[in-house]
Amino acid sequence: MKDLSLKKRVFKERLFRGGVFFLASLVVVPLALLLGYIVKKGIGVINWDFLFSMPAGVGESGGGIVHSLAGTVMLIVIAVILSVPVAVATALFINDHPKNRISRMIRFTVDMLQGIPSIIMGIVVYLWVVLPMKNFSSLAGGVALGIMMLPIVIKSTEETLKMVPESLKEASMALGAPYYKTVLHVILPAGLSGILTGVLLGVSRIAGETAPLLFTAFGNPFLNTDIFKPVDALPLLIYNYSTSPYPEWHSLAWGASFILVAFVLILNLITRLVVKKWQIKY
Amino acid sequence: MADKVLSVRGLNAYYGMKRAVENVNVDFVKNKITAIMGPSGCGKTTFLRCLNRIHEVNTEARARIEGDIFLNGENIAKMHPILVRRRIGMVFQKPNPFPHMTIYDNVIAGYKLNGIKKKKHEFDTIVEQALTKTALWGEVKDSLYDRGTFLSGGQQQRLCIARALAMNPDVILLDEPTSALDPIATAKIEELLNELKENVTIIIVTHNMAQAGRISDYTAFFYLGELLEYGTTEKLFTNPENEKTENFLTGRFG
Repeated sequence: MKDLSLKKRVFKERLFRGGVFFLASLVVVPLALLLGYIVKKGIGVINWDFLFSMPAGVGESGGGIVHSLAGTVMLIVIAVILSVPVAVATALFINDHPKNRISRMIRFTVDMLQGIPSIIMGIVVYLWVVLPMKNFSSLAGGVALGIMMLPIVIKSTEETLKMVPESLKEASMALGAPYYKTVLHVILPAGLSGILTGVLLGVSRIAGETAPLLFTAFGNPFLNTDIFKPVDALPLLIYNYSTSPYPEWHSLAWGASFILVAFVLILNLITRLVVKKWQIKY
Repeated sequence: MADKVLSVRGLNAYYGMKRAVENVNVDFVKNKITAIMGPSGCGKTTFLRCLNRIHEVNTEARARIEGDIFLNGENIAKMHPILVRRRIGMVFQKPNPFPHMTIYDNVIAGYKLNGIKKKKHEFDTIVEQALTKTALWGEVKDSLYDRGTFLSGGQQQRLCIARALAMNPDVILLDEPTSALDPIATAKIEELLNELKENVTIIIVTHNMAQAGRISDYTAFFYLGELLEYGTTEKLFTNPENEKTENFLTGRFG
């Protein structure tokens, strides 16, 4: 009798452990399949021409996606320039005044912002930027992406600033340093690795966003470097090419997907390196 | 009494509605070491932090003060806090060198953070002097450009003292500077303070009675936010006037 219940318990234990392991390893499956498929379909397209030349005419083989690579880089740069200063300042404020009513409001807003569907962001920026300027533009796209990455950078910067010990701030103040010098020369350098991590994560998050760009950057089959003109981006190109009827374009879309995924993966790896190498121990 | 550097009149310090320091009147004597003693939570540290106006930085806790503090006759409430803090240096309980700066940069951090520009050779002299005064020069002169956080705890604390000294302050406030250090490092710092008092007035908060007895010339005894007794260390330790002081010194509470 006793023996039987023990066996039962051992069996249950095994079943449970096995179940946990099985479900946990299930996570890897979609990612592995996705990566495998993209690599299989995409890597054959990648060559010098693909990366550095303009698209060929409809129905012709070959051609590249340099215009949308350049566009994506431009959009990311604009988004970073616009959002990082705002995000860092916001994080500084809410970290300095944790209990303040305005801080609470900001924190709530940031949480909300994180949950807003990206297509809505696109429409809002369309109303704010595209309509008044009467033009789709990479600036508008950058604004939309910038707003998308704000909550990520704010959150990670705030977490980093929380880790910077109060004693460092006081050491600086006790030397007579004004607040802005304390921030610029003590607090931010001490938290640099965390802030950079946030920026990189934010960039990898927005690099693949399509919806906010539909109404803002719009897409452009030509190479454009003017921030007041529409610009193409990798996700837009993938969207347009994969819905087109031309097989050549389909394979280009696979190639672009490969580049985009590789970019995001590399960015994540760099983030890990930054955390490892630059983190300051207090 | 001899020359007064710092005079405190009717000082009250608050966190919100809670009064942490009550009606303190005291004169600190030039080029002497004054120890501030008392049981935990008696307002010693708060009092010390009023002296360089760093108490009021804590707006989150609604910190504020009442009363007057005079530095060489000048009311510090009317001076810009930045100037007050340049003339009254501070060393904290836990060594806190700037982790992203080299030893060299840590020493001249006061100049860098205040945007005071000097020539390279002038900074070299300041660094060497400050580190020599804190008996650190011999130990670190070959690693001036390494991060300050690679030093041992005692060395870090001496680096922090050097950082405060480099600004040539009139007064240095130390908030239990040896409580995180081992006995040998503590002894070194005590020895150091004794030498430093030739040029600077030292006010040190300490939990350690023996330390106060060893190094201080004057002692102030705080209890529940009030200054109960103040006098030469010799007098206070051998013949205290207040019963509470005596009880504290004989270890009946604290």
